Order: sequence, then C-alpha cells, then structure tokens
Amino acid sequence: MSNDFAPRTFELWVFLSRSPLLWLTVTLAAYVAADRVSQATGRHPLANPVLHSIWLIGLILWATSTPYGTYFEGAQFVHFLLGPATVSLAFPLYEHRKTVLKALVPMLAALFVGSIVALGSVLLVGSLLGLPQELLVAMAPKSVTAAVAMGIANTLGGDPALTAVMVALTGILGAIIVTPLFNLLKVTDWRARGFAVGLASHGIGTARAFQVHPLAGTFAGIAMGLNALLTAILVPLALGLLAG
Amino acid sequence: MIAALTTILLCQLAGEVLARGVGLPIPGPVLGLVLMLLLLGLRDRFRARLHASLTGPQLETTGKTILAHLSLLFVPAGVGVVQRLDVFGAYATALAITLVVSTVAALIATLLTFKLVLRLTGDTEVSQ
Repeated sequence: MSNDFAPRTFELWVFLSRSPLLWLTVTLAAYVAADRVSQATGRHPLANPVLHSIWLIGLILWATSTPYGTYFEGAQFVHFLLGPATVSLAFPLYEHRKTVLKALVPMLAALFVGSIVALGSVLLVGSLLGLPQELLVAMAPKSVTAAVAMGIANTLGGDPALTAVMVALTGILGAIIVTPLFNLLKVTDWRARGFAVGLASHGIGTARAFQVHPLAGTFAGIAMGLNALLTAILVPLALGLLAG
Repeated sequence: MIAALTTILLCQLAGEVLARGVGLPIPGPVLGLVLMLLLLGLRDRFRARLHASLTGPQLETTGKTILAHLSLLFVPAGVGVVQRLDVFGAYATALAITLVVSTVAALIATLLTFKLVLRLTGDTEVSQ
C-alpha cells in the first residue's frame, strides 16, 4: 500500500500543477498573506502587498519549475478584472464630481506636464544609460495602467510581457516613495498628492492613495484614467522623435 | 450584483467596440469609463421615471468592491518578471536608475504643477 503513495502523489501534482485552480488559489493566497502583513505594519510603504506577492509567487514557481504560461492560465481570471476595474473608476469620479470639476484647470495642467515628464524622462535617462530600443519601447508607457500599457507596447512592436513588468515595478516604486517624498516636499493637499501618484504610478499608486485618504484615491483614479488617454497618444509621437 | 457586473462589462465591451471599430487611439476600458460616467449622469437625471431596480446602490457597491482590491489585479502581470530575469540581470543598474529617476520626476512635476496652478486659480487647500 505504501508503494502506491508516491506515484499517486505525483499524479495528483501533475494534475494540480496544470490546473488553473491551483495557480488562482496561490495568487489569492499570496496576496491575502502580503495584505495582512501590510495591515499589521499600519500600511507601511515598504510592506507593499503587490511587491511581496510577486516575489513570493515567483519563488513558488521557481521551486516547482512551473512555467509562467501555466501560472497565467490560472492567474488570468484576476488579470482580466483590470478592464472592469478601469471602468469602475467612474464611480468615485462621479461621486466626487463637484470637487473634481472645481479643480479642473490644475488637473489638466498637471496632466500634461506630468505625462510628458514621465514619458520624456524614461526615454532620456534610458537612452543615456544605453538601454536597447526594445527596452525603451517596453518602458515608455510604464506609468499607465497595465491593460492599456500592454496595448500600447503591442501596437508599437514592443514586448507586452516586458511592459507589464515595467508597469508593475513603476507602480510599486511610486507607491513606496510617494508618502515620504511628499511629506518631505511639505505638500498636504490631498487632491495634488493623489493626482500625482495616480499619474506616475497608475493603479498600484491609486490603491496606495485610497489607503491614505479617499479624496487622494479619487484624484489618483482620475489621473490614472486621463494619463492612459494622453500616453496612448504621446508614446507613438515620442518614439517617432527618438527614431528620427 | 450580477446585473451590476453585467452593466460594467457592457460599458467595457461598448468601449472596445467603439475604440476598435472607429480606430480611436484611446484604450477600450478608458472609453468604457467615460460611457459609465454618462450612464450614471443619465440615471440620476431620469431617476424619478426609472424602475427601482435600476436606481439602487448595487452598481456603485460592485464597482467599489472591484476597486477596493485594485492592487491585487497587478500581481499576475508583475509575476511575469520571472520570464524576463535574463533582461533584468543584464541591465539591472540602468533599469533601476531609469525607473527611479523617471518615477520621482513624474511625481514631483505633477505635484508641483497641480499645486502651482491651484494657487494661481485662487483655490484653497484641501488637506483634511
């Protein structure tokens, strides 16, 4: 009887490791664990739940020699919700429409300046440091929410998978830096703080802003939506300039 | 809740159809966001004439539930880093510097522009 155990365990693993169920569960479990740690530390910036879920899952994939494609079969159900989440940004926006309309002029000014700086600085610093064109194209839409950024990279012949990683890294980075940086700059206006982090660090920055203050979260969501619109137009122009 | 989710998906779907059909450079989900805003505006305008099932808080509740876990949704794409560890290994320093400099620059430029124009338009600060 005990001879049966090893092959049966193996068969079970073969079944589970290929089923979307396992990898969806792993994704949610890793996030729940990382989110609990974040809560326990009073939402400390360095306890960013996305950052810690990513390396935890990466480690599990490496230890079980699971290819990313197999993992994504399960995780795609979570990934899919990025679209509906973008649409759902309409709700806080509509709810706070009076506050938002009052700040329309500063918002549009900050949108144009921020979007151009986000895009221009990545192309400038990246090419000065000798990064290859492939990476520059993948990095150009890094401040835009994943679903949209991957679309932009795809249209321009960049690698959408690489873009997705750049987007996640930028989001995590912004979410970690934003609170200490803005405290240092002594800017206390929630609208300005939220708008800046939503523009530079899309959804992960927006999630961070909602943790800090609902008004900051709302403005972050607006910035994320508007920057997705503007970057989609600016990236092809900027890369054209760089190539020409 | 299912009706609310369907409405959200319908907005996204209409956004995708519009973006691809007309060939707009705007991503489908972003157009979906705009359509949802229009829908909410129309709903409140004709609230009195609509059936009670259409004016309940379910739509908002469902949307906010999705938004409450926004950062979770970036995890699958982020794990993609395991696929490209070669690239990240080869250009680690340059990539790290580029990402940090650009993110800090974008944060500061956006924040200060917002604040400056806010002051120019004579607005008062909202920091409560």
